[in-house]
Amino acid sequence: MHNFQFVKPTTVADAVAALEHDGAQALSGGQTLIPTMKQRLAAPEVLVSLTGIDAMKGVCKGDGGLHIGAATPHAVVAREAAAYYPALAHLAGHIGDPAVRSRGTIGGSLANNDPSACYPSAVLASDAVVVTNKRQIAADDYFQGLFSTALQLGEIITEIRFPIPERAAYVKFDQPASRFALVGVFVAKFAGGVRVAVTGAGEEGVFRWKEAEAALSAGFHMAAIEDLAPPKQRMIGDLHGTPEYRAQMVKVMTKRAVGAA
Amino acid sequence: MPKDGGIGASTKRREDVRFLTGKGRYTDDINIRGQAYAHFVRSDMAHGILNSIDTAAAEAMPGVIKVFTAADLAGVGGIPTGWQVTDRHGKPMQEPKHPVLAEGKVRHVGDPIAVVVAETLDQARDAAEMLDIDITELPAVVDMRAALAEGAPKVHDDLTSNLCYDWGFVEENKAAVDAAFASAAHVVSLDLVNNRLVANPMEPRVAVGDFEDHSGNSTLYTTSQNPHVIRLLMGAFVLGIPESKLRVVAPDVGGGFGSKIYHYAEEAFVTFAAKQLKRPVKWTSTRSEAFMSDAHGRDHVTKIELALDADHNFTALRTDTYANMGAYLSTFAPCIPTWLHGTLMAGNYKTPLIYVNVKAVFTNTVPVDAYRGAGRPEATFQLERLVDKAARQLGVSPVELRRKNFIKPDQFPYQTPVAVVYDTGNYDATMDKLLELSDHAGFAARRAESAARGKWRGFGVASYIEACGIAPSNLVGQLGARAGLYESATVRVNATGSITIFTGSHSHGQGHETTFAQVVSEMIGIDAGQVEIVHGDTSNTPMGMGTYGSRSLAVGGSAMVKALNKVINKAKKIAGHLLEASDEDIVLKDGKFTVAGTDKSVDWSGVTLAAYVPHNYPLDSLEPGLEETAFYDPSNFTYPAGAYGCEVEVDPETGKVTVLAFTAADDFGNVVNPMIVEGQVHGGLAQGIGQALLENCAYDAEGQLLSASFMDYAMPRADDLPMFKVDHSCVTPCTHNPLGVKGCGEAGAIGSPPALVNAVIDAIHGAGRTDVTHINMPLTPARVWSALN
Ligand SMILES: Cc1cc2nc3c(=O)[nH]c(=O)nc-3n(C[C@H](O)[C@H](O)[C@H](O)COP(=O)(O)OP(=O)(O)OC[C@H]3O[C@@H](n4cnc5c(N)ncnc54)[C@H](O)[C@@H]3O)c2cc1C
Repeated sequence: MHNFQFVKPTTVADAVAALEHDGAQALSGGQTLIPTMKQRLAAPEVLVSLTGIDAMKGVCKGDGGLHIGAATPHAVVAREAAAYYPALAHLAGHIGDPAVRSRGTIGGSLANNDPSACYPSAVLASDAVVVTNKRQIAADDYFQGLFSTALQLGEIITEIRFPIPERAAYVKFDQPASRFALVGVFVAKFAGGVRVAVTGAGEEGVFRWKEAEAALSAGFHMAAIEDLAPPKQRMIGDLHGTPEYRAQMVKVMTKRAVGAA
Repeated sequence: MPKDGGIGASTKRREDVRFLTGKGRYTDDINIRGQAYAHFVRSDMAHGILNSIDTAAAEAMPGVIKVFTAADLAGVGGIPTGWQVTDRHGKPMQEPKHPVLAEGKVRHVGDPIAVVVAETLDQARDAAEMLDIDITELPAVVDMRAALAEGAPKVHDDLTSNLCYDWGFVEENKAAVDAAFASAAHVVSLDLVNNRLVANPMEPRVAVGDFEDHSGNSTLYTTSQNPHVIRLLMGAFVLGIPESKLRVVAPDVGGGFGSKIYHYAEEAFVTFAAKQLKRPVKWTSTRSEAFMSDAHGRDHVTKIELALDADHNFTALRTDTYANMGAYLSTFAPCIPTWLHGTLMAGNYKTPLIYVNVKAVFTNTVPVDAYRGAGRPEATFQLERLVDKAARQLGVSPVELRRKNFIKPDQFPYQTPVAVVYDTGNYDATMDKLLELSDHAGFAARRAESAARGKWRGFGVASYIEACGIAPSNLVGQLGARAGLYESATVRVNATGSITIFTGSHSHGQGHETTFAQVVSEMIGIDAGQVEIVHGDTSNTPMGMGTYGSRSLAVGGSAMVKALNKVINKAKKIAGHLLEASDEDIVLKDGKFTVAGTDKSVDWSGVTLAAYVPHNYPLDSLEPGLEETAFYDPSNFTYPAGAYGCEVEVDPETGKVTVLAFTAADDFGNVVNPMIVEGQVHGGLAQGIGQALLENCAYDAEGQLLSASFMDYAMPRADDLPMFKVDHSCVTPCTHNPLGVKGCGEAGAIGSPPALVNAVIDAIHGAGRTDVTHINMPLTPARVWSALN
């Protein structure tokens, strides 16, 4: 790892100021960034830790939904969201291993937007709002492809606001080595309709399977999926599964998520 | 009452106290005053011409002591190969030079090109980024058949082709085997792949070189399974250092599984550089480096055929295998697909005629060598998959087809058509035990229960035999080994009766410190706490060949027993003198020497004290002291065997295989510590199930390693595995070593892959899909699903 400076501000404003330095980068749980630095694939000059900012931590029930601070670790979400949004808590409780869950954070996961990460599917299926130091971004606008988001340079996520669906479930089919999602499907049923978000499978990252949403909005049961063609998005093909396999698994996992919701 | 010490007791492992409390002393824990750090710069291309390396900018970086390239290694020899295979036509194999650092060409991703030695590791890595390396990329060969095609790019320009050897065994039987196939009532054939694996021991490799200027002595601390072998190969062939000036220490080693047998370039480099720089030099592999520089395992592509008569007796077996050698020959690579593989093709069966053809091929990939089981898992997998397929094709029970063709207990010793003679065994007994323990009778009900949940349940068996206790030196010498395969031990009895054993075996997880002490305790009748086991340092142990091939107790333990018997004989003479009786009348029991038929006795410690304080002692006929060394060269291999059963559930929607139960019934001969044996089987099963279900070392067509980290290389984890049922109550003691032991280290990894794949095929056939006759390992969800769709 290259040398770097380390700062740990206690307010969002100080963090934003610190990030204005050339070569500065936000550090949250470090579960993605630190390994990348150890492999010398990233070499920030200044690391701005976000975990000392109290305003960015915690889970609370707010107006119209669940508000989660961006620097809240997965383990805390798993524990504290359980009473309000069990499907989201279940998702958080099945990310990585205990060590990853006690350090990795929801904000870090969303900023990174790994195509196989779990949280993006929850945010997209819940129609959540990503709150930053500058603005509020709707989930549909936030995710912009592999490892790419609407965040601008130096912009930090401070909070995520989840509307709470009537019924929801996340079903994750593990990639056997990394145990990230080979295919993960989050299904959320709201009074106004059903949203289905798919992670792990799409070449452009997390996506909504609109045909399934329509079918499930018409009738929320497993059989509604049976006759659908698999989603037409381009699928990832790698060591662990062909595009064809992933497309089929999207169907299977969607069906199972409906069953579990 | 179970014993709490001696042979047969499940004594807790004494070494675990230090391992579990973080007090183990591994190679990376060794830091020598003034040590510098080596960082290896490795090729990121599979194949290319190395035009030039400009080290100037790197050398100017802070903390850099020196940047080494092949040009700085004048006088350093290539890494030697320990086995010479002769091909079908009597020609020696093609044996390319394996330089310590790349000379003129890079031949696989990970091939070391240069080494930066600096004051700190970070400085070395920073400087490495400043190296200017000019490589012209060449097309790579990855697929073995393509590598043998006319006009394929050559990995080594000075060889005639990428074919290392074309081996036939037994060549004289070929015509008879072909004739048997021509007249067979049934022929069953199968094409399969034995997937390439990365051993991934928990501790990555480390090497620390040290040099003492005033004496000219070199020391290498290394993560090795066999320090004497490293001393011999590196001293004699690579660096030209006599044994008397070279000490190799392999301290606590955190797992090897074969990958730490071989002599590696990094070991030679740090030893060489320490002498050049007059400073200790340390190298610690990262996990990423391990994936591209530790020798890989397996990687065979095989067509196998079985001929049967109308009564379903096996009449002949024929195999055609391509074995990947990688870019260079690792230390024992040539012998793995030949002598450790072809000689096991009889399995547990009476098949009278066998012909094995193996083509070993150079490719632009990491070298491949022995990995837990080494050749024997490849043989067992082919045979046990084929026998299972035969049973399905003929519509008979896989268990009954096996039984019909098993070698029966009264047929031992049994001369196989593939050179080896099995001394003893009882294959029906382990099969009976397996069926009982796995509740085979209740399977149909369990299958119905799974079906009710939409899942397909399957049960698969596999028999196995392996050759352990490697090996009779004169025999392996004839077969091309460039080393002996005896083992050694020195028994040093101290004045007050405690005993220090110096063994040439090496423990890197096997628990020798416990089991060897149990044997001593049993033979002398003293508490095991009085016995210390020393291993891993060429400066204090006799020349030994180390640990692999499940040989430690069978060969190393036998050497120790032999030395102990010498000690006991001498001690009886001393006791006879003290008790004024003939030494022939002296009996040693429970740590006491007694004159037979009398109550005259002297304690063990009375005798040992007399040996070192020889006041009342027969000095005219007996030397003082009590210390003996023995070398034991086995007269045959040992042949552990058994039957394994696996029960799986397949999710037809996703292709996911869940292992519900796994049962192992082994015949390991006599067992010294049942708990340790169980642990060895558990570990082997985890690795075998890992191979069958998860692990796959994959390259793309350009020779890039796709599974280069744990993100893509799936290791088995606890929740991938069921609770194991392990039994070793079927015992036919080995007939030719003093303890009657056979070895248990590799069995689990040998017998489990075919049992698992057979179970998955059984599940699929049970659901009516008899068109699916084979799926290549690992049986990932995607592969199983593809086979079904
Ligand atoms: C062994 C292992 C297993 C894992 N398994 C899973 C899994 O199953 N599913 C899954 O979804 N993930 C998994 N992960 C990833 C894990 O969830 C990470 O924690 C997550 O991807 C990143 O979160 P972090 O807080 O660690 O971010 P960091 O590593 O600190 O940062 C990641 C990136 O986000 C930026 N960043 C961080 N916080 C903010 C913010 N508030 N605003 C703007 N930018 C920010 C950083 O600058 C950096 O670029 C796994 C990781 C490991 C190591």
